[in-house]
Amino acid sequence: MRHLMNPLDFSVEELDKLFDLAESISADPAKYAHVCDGKTLATCFYEPSTRTRLSFESAMIHLGGQVLGFSEASSSSAAKGESVSDTIRVISCYADICAMRHPKEGAPMVAASKSGIPVINAGDGGHQHPTQTLTDLMTIRALKGRLGNFTIGLCGDLKFGRTVHSLINALIRYEGIKFIFISPPELRIPDYITDKLIESGIEYEEVIKLEVSIGDLDILYMTRVQRERFFNEEDYVRLKDFYILTNEKLQLAREDMLVLHPLPRVNEISVEVDDDPRAVYFKQAQYGVYVRMALIMTLLGLVSDTDTTP
Amino acid sequence: MLNIGKIEEGFVLDHIKAGKSLSIYKHLGLDKNADTVAIIKNAKSAKMGRKDILKVECDINTLDLDVLAFIDHNITVNVIKDGEIVDKKELVLPKEIRNVIKCHNPRCITSIEQGLPHIFVLADEENEVYRCKYCEEKYAPKAESDI
Repeated sequence: MRHLMNPLDFSVEELDKLFDLAESISADPAKYAHVCDGKTLATCFYEPSTRTRLSFESAMIHLGGQVLGFSEASSSSAAKGESVSDTIRVISCYADICAMRHPKEGAPMVAASKSGIPVINAGDGGHQHPTQTLTDLMTIRALKGRLGNFTIGLCGDLKFGRTVHSLINALIRYEGIKFIFISPPELRIPDYITDKLIESGIEYEEVIKLEVSIGDLDILYMTRVQRERFFNEEDYVRLKDFYILTNEKLQLAREDMLVLHPLPRVNEISVEVDDDPRAVYFKQAQYGVYVRMALIMTLLGLVSDTDTTP
Repeated sequence: MLNIGKIEEGFVLDHIKAGKSLSIYKHLGLDKNADTVAIIKNAKSAKMGRKDILKVECDINTLDLDVLAFIDHNITVNVIKDGEIVDKKELVLPKEIRNVIKCHNPRCITSIEQGLPHIFVLADEENEVYRCKYCEEKYAPKAESDI
């Protein structure tokens, strides 16, 4: 039985198949509307995450399946002290597949080891959030037509940003990618990641201001710079505007650059940018549903050869 | 000069870093069985200045060399049979270690899930880095009792 714990659990070839399927689904959703008839997805969310949970539920419903679950630990038996291992054994009797979010790192892996059904890691603390990475890759592939041979700028909190670290790890496997890390010095990308890039001979640059490099980018991946990450208020006030994307800054960018964001956006992308065709973060949320549909089908073994033929 | 008799069957663990023998004694589980053990602390050593030595009279198939390699792979392991050294074992860093060390990451599932084995995986052989199998946090000894 296959689970998804880490974006690297799937090889590049397997990801290609998954994205082919997701694209087929997006092209003809009606064809897949009953693929999961009679199947049930359990969403076990030990901490709230409306967006991710609804995205999974939407995916299953669009495949014709049913959903059940809980959306916070207090409404589950975890509040009574039940272990993750026991919970998943019971859930395995109720559902065919499970998406689990847990504040403790590695909890979905423990669940997978005891589970009778496929388990998808829907986020475990600051550790992994593989379906966000699959969503990001899928969006790039669908809108750029390729995964590879581009310059990607990652902007904002690069020190604590889990989605950024996962995305870099996933992109390292493709050819011809150049990274530009745009962050305040306090939130720069960790050394263990730049060490890995150096070791793999991958080109990267680190800059402090978005304006400096926005003109070189094929993709701009925005993340939030949170006030509480700074040592003092003065630095926050001085630096925060560097990381807010506005129409003025976007004028410096290429016509075909894509702006991605894992959402929720707070103020790091000005709302005026939403109408620019380069702003694709809401499309990204839509791709998130398609890629989760493809993932559910794949893990349940419901993919036929005709599904992934382009 | 302290004299300790020969052992008939078992191990002589030589070149242990001075002061580490008790920790090894504990991690090999020697405090929990009836084997005869001699712990020699701060013995003179031409190579190391001071060293510890452990002599264990036991069945030679019972010692967990993986744990020993994780603690210190520079330890010399002499295998004794019929009072003679019959083999010298090379210690190789184990790929995985189970229930020897604990994950100190408070956000790790091992901090709350009952009965879960603490498993560490060798992530970087050159720098001897082990990471928790669940949360992937790098192992860093915290307390004196840690390795």
